[in-house]
Amino acid sequence: MKDRYDVIVVGAGPGGSITAKTCAEGGLDVLMIEKRQEIGDPVRCAEGVGTDALLKHIAPDKRWIAAEVKGSRIIAPDGTEILMSSDAAMKDVGYTLERKVFDRVLAQKAAMAGADVMVKTRATGLLRNNGKVAGIKAMYMGEMHDIKADIVIGADGVESKVGRWGGIDTSLKPHDIETCAQFLISNFDPGEYSEFYIGEKYSAGGYVWIFPKGGYTANVGVGILGSKSGKIRAITLLQKFVETTIPDGKIIEMVVGGVPVSGPIERTVTDGLILVGDAARQSDPLTGGGITNAMDAGKIAGEVCIMAKEKGDYSVRTLKEYEDKWRATIGKEISRALKVKNLLIKLSDEQLNQLAHSLDGVDVSTMELPKLLAVLLKKNPKLLWGLGSLF
Amino acid sequence: MSVEVNRFKCGYCGACVGVCPKGALELIETWIEVDDSCTSCGICARICPVGALEVKVK
Repeated sequence: MKDRYDVIVVGAGPGGSITAKTCAEGGLDVLMIEKRQEIGDPVRCAEGVGTDALLKHIAPDKRWIAAEVKGSRIIAPDGTEILMSSDAAMKDVGYTLERKVFDRVLAQKAAMAGADVMVKTRATGLLRNNGKVAGIKAMYMGEMHDIKADIVIGADGVESKVGRWGGIDTSLKPHDIETCAQFLISNFDPGEYSEFYIGEKYSAGGYVWIFPKGGYTANVGVGILGSKSGKIRAITLLQKFVETTIPDGKIIEMVVGGVPVSGPIERTVTDGLILVGDAARQSDPLTGGGITNAMDAGKIAGEVCIMAKEKGDYSVRTLKEYEDKWRATIGKEISRALKVKNLLIKLSDEQLNQLAHSLDGVDVSTMELPKLLAVLLKKNPKLLWGLGSLF
Repeated sequence: MSVEVNRFKCGYCGACVGVCPKGALELIETWIEVDDSCTSCGICARICPVGALEVKVK
């Protein structure tokens, strides 16, 4: 076991693997650790992803595409349906991934690019040199090791500790997290669209999703805003939905998880430390999607690590470039999504129905979410007052 | 320890770790560990998707 690297990446999800791969391709000596003994499992994700955002990073591969989806269908509380995001040429606009395979393939790409990977290895703290981050303390198979590095990447997910150790408070308030439960349901034909059931009828400050997973299966899940959870929980909402909506469905897997919906946090770098993905709270606060944001952030983080190595400066002065770049790209979308989420969660089911009805006679089938919101805003200026500056 | 985790219910998702204001929780493989910085604030118990955590009143 080596005891020194240029960069150590904590966490082998999509954000961690893209960071490690980018660093390795740039000639850096990089180690990626994963606390679990397997990569990609257990899944804590609804596995839906837009093809355009994903294919910037990786060529499509049947091994990890569980299903191709034609678009999205939003179902208002009174059953009104809004069909959107389908491509005019009917090409696939989204995938439902098989994360168990996808994450492992990404880790393997990092490894093939030259990164070292260690599983069953958990970071337990940071090493410091003159107050600066200088590596990690890690436990591998029950034994403690010190591993030095110039930069530590915290890609350690919703439960991130790396930021906290580095002095960045990443703790999520109850209203900054969606707490989720999901069943993989079999004996059920979900069709070719991803479905979103919105309104308090289904979940307070969240939604129910049905993502086709191929071969008469689907990920059926619910997220509820943490501040609304307690007496009612994600698991009970999900059981209720499945009993009433998919009574013949057979549950063949259960998934639980928390999704950060805080929007951009104050900072994601400090001397010798960068946060990536859910650890940096970069998941989309409106949809909860986090995979491609994490991958985009990982790419930027890797490139900044390469630049820092060239300069020989690992302080926040150099690493700040990561912060600036992600905020100027995915950060803009995340901020906008946060504002939309904050407005939508205040609307009653009746108001959501009104919004849905306002689209009567409008063809939104090929629109993506920002365009659809712009149309909604135009037709419901009073209800959506406050979004005017966004679209 | 002032929070009790029902290991038979817990889905080891780590949501509770993310919301702990003190960083008192840690997800290790398939279980949650609680250290003595826990203040029994109960946020973790509230947001747990399956209701596996319970605050113990000292």
